[in-house]
Amino acid sequence: MTEAGADGEVLLRVENLVKHFPVKQGVFFKREVGSVSAVEDVSLDVHRGETLGLVGETGCGKSTLARCVTRLYPLTSGNVRFDGADISRLPRRHLRPYRRRMQMIFQDPYGSLNPRRRVGSIIADPLTIHRVASGAERKQRVQELMEVVGLNPEHYNRFPAEFSGGQRQRIGVARALALRPSLIVCDEPVSALDVSIQAQIINLLEDLQAEFGLTYLFIAHNLSVVEHVSDRVAVMYLGKIVEIATVKDLYQSPRHPYTVALLSASVVADPEKARSTNRVVLSGEVPSPLNPPAGCRFHPRCPKAQPICTTVEPPLEVKAGDPASHLTACHFPMQPGERLRGAALKIHEALEEFVGEPVAEERRA
Amino acid sequence: MNLLTVRDLTVSFPTSDGLVQAVRGLSFDVAAGSTLGIVGESGSGKSVSALTMLGLNPGADISGSALFQGRDLLRMPPGELRRLRGADIAMIFQDPLSSLHPHYRVGWQISEAIRAHTDVSRAEAMRRSVELLKLVSIPQPDRRVQAYPHELSGGMRQRVMIAMALALQPKLLIADEPTTALDATVQAQLMELLVGMQREMGMAMIVITHDLGVVASIADSVLVMYAGRAAERAGTRSVFYASHHPYTRGLLTSIPGSIGVHGRLVPIVGQPPSLIRLPSGCAFHPRCPFAMDSCIREQPDLEPVADGSGHDSACWLPADIVGVGPGQDEARRRYAVRHQGTGAARLAGVVAGNREVVAS
Repeated sequence: MTEAGADGEVLLRVENLVKHFPVKQGVFFKREVGSVSAVEDVSLDVHRGETLGLVGETGCGKSTLARCVTRLYPLTSGNVRFDGADISRLPRRHLRPYRRRMQMIFQDPYGSLNPRRRVGSIIADPLTIHRVASGAERKQRVQELMEVVGLNPEHYNRFPAEFSGGQRQRIGVARALALRPSLIVCDEPVSALDVSIQAQIINLLEDLQAEFGLTYLFIAHNLSVVEHVSDRVAVMYLGKIVEIATVKDLYQSPRHPYTVALLSASVVADPEKARSTNRVVLSGEVPSPLNPPAGCRFHPRCPKAQPICTTVEPPLEVKAGDPASHLTACHFPMQPGERLRGAALKIHEALEEFVGEPVAEERRA
Repeated sequence: MNLLTVRDLTVSFPTSDGLVQAVRGLSFDVAAGSTLGIVGESGSGKSVSALTMLGLNPGADISGSALFQGRDLLRMPPGELRRLRGADIAMIFQDPLSSLHPHYRVGWQISEAIRAHTDVSRAEAMRRSVELLKLVSIPQPDRRVQAYPHELSGGMRQRVMIAMALALQPKLLIADEPTTALDATVQAQLMELLVGMQREMGMAMIVITHDLGVVASIADSVLVMYAGRAAERAGTRSVFYASHHPYTRGLLTSIPGSIGVHGRLVPIVGQPPSLIRLPSGCAFHPRCPFAMDSCIREQPDLEPVADGSGHDSACWLPADIVGVGPGQDEARRRYAVRHQGTGAARLAGVVAGNREVVAS
């Protein structure tokens, strides 16, 4: 979105962040029987004024990472530095001044707004909690915010139910903006919206970034949206970052096989491009984070996996020929011009067996 | 020879707030073995039309016709429709968890579908269920038939739904947002699977989706719906590269990575209308950047567009302006300005039909 490149000032630094959720069993005496490793040893920097996109499939830990960064979840280990200060273990009271400067926008514009409260008071919440403004001043601030995000300020007294999905997401944006934060963590902000409304919200977020110099950590599973809004992109798989690079490097010369597969799986609204991409179909599904695979976590699905991948975890590092901003965690990164071979679907044989006769004669031209 | 011919399908639901006009005079054809993509936003009537054809919308006021192999689905006795549904026409839904019964093993559920339509033994039906699970690439199919839906992942459940839909080798498969709830890599697997099955079985498919990417990759022809009507109807390439209707154009300029986007997105302003209080004339006019007097007064019919056969659009703009781009937009704008008149008609339309604009 903005010109801030990879060499800008670091606003948020995440160091070796680990988040495990205990799994408990038993009725009266709950004992811990294992743990879900949701985020495993993740380090990344977010630079002031940039948009860092975070992509990955369900359960890869991207939302957990977002909630750890904003300290909505306590960390299992690791550090989060915000503007130079270590906030990873601050008690709530001391965290408050930092919370003012980092806000969140959530996916579900229905679940994230209290249906029984008027939007004016929802947007005013941060102002009240942080004792920034009260009375007539607060109302004025709220109405200004509503105007900024494209809502009619006269609708101050309405309930969330009176707004459409897109308008509700605008309410969420207004609430996040209320304290003039430096960082906004957007967790799937447009996934629940219709296409035409999605574009309105994306443009709004872009305008706000330009106007207020915001920094975004933008989480989404839609790769086209992430490509559109981000300066840099990190790809997560099963709790780990497998690749991080500038948007151009990542989309044009991905090095990690998972990134390649993910990019090839995303469907573009352009028939020629959509049909000409060499779609890499991965076999199987994402393994359970309760018991992640040893070595490289992607190895059971990776078309390029070698014996070393099953035992030695590849570090996230700069590979030969890549710029310093492009890190990949893979023993056998993709080389220029290399094609990744996906799993072939054996429909034909299975179908003949099922139908009990050769079935090719009705095949379309 | 078309497998399915839908003419003037109209569906409305009487509610205490008024009549919800979900589908308003929809016509389309599906040729045997081909794939039709129906796209539109929430509430555009795309799912309702499919459900109505299968008799799954009790309580709706329905008119028009839907000829499947020459027989009208809308006027068929319930028993006959039941025999057709699941056997000749199958459907898969977006949410596989709520379309599978949580209490029965998946093998039992597939067998039941087979036994409802064919006269085979329980054991034989179960054997075919295993084969079907294998067909949709579920690992260890002989064990997975014993699984309950909750024991399977979302992608696996959707595979079970596909297996069930394919059990009787239907001639037409209606897939309502088949991959929307799934992750990209799983979505890719399932689309590959559906397309492969369709080719091998020579089955026709209607894919209902809001995702133009899905349509771009698998559909032969596309129907773009807005507020219960067809806005545009054409071969897939025409819809993307030579779109005529401003709504189609708006969708294309709204999606990152689509052919209409160069830099900043150009969203469609406003939001879809209420189906109870529809705007006058063309339902899209309040959001259309090229709205003219005629758009407010009168609803345009689907008319052929200049770029070739089988491309129809319901818009008053001239038939020869097609495609997405600054040049085309300029041509549309110039034409619209010439036909906007005094603005009196525009205001009259707003007052008469479209309270949305005044209220917001």
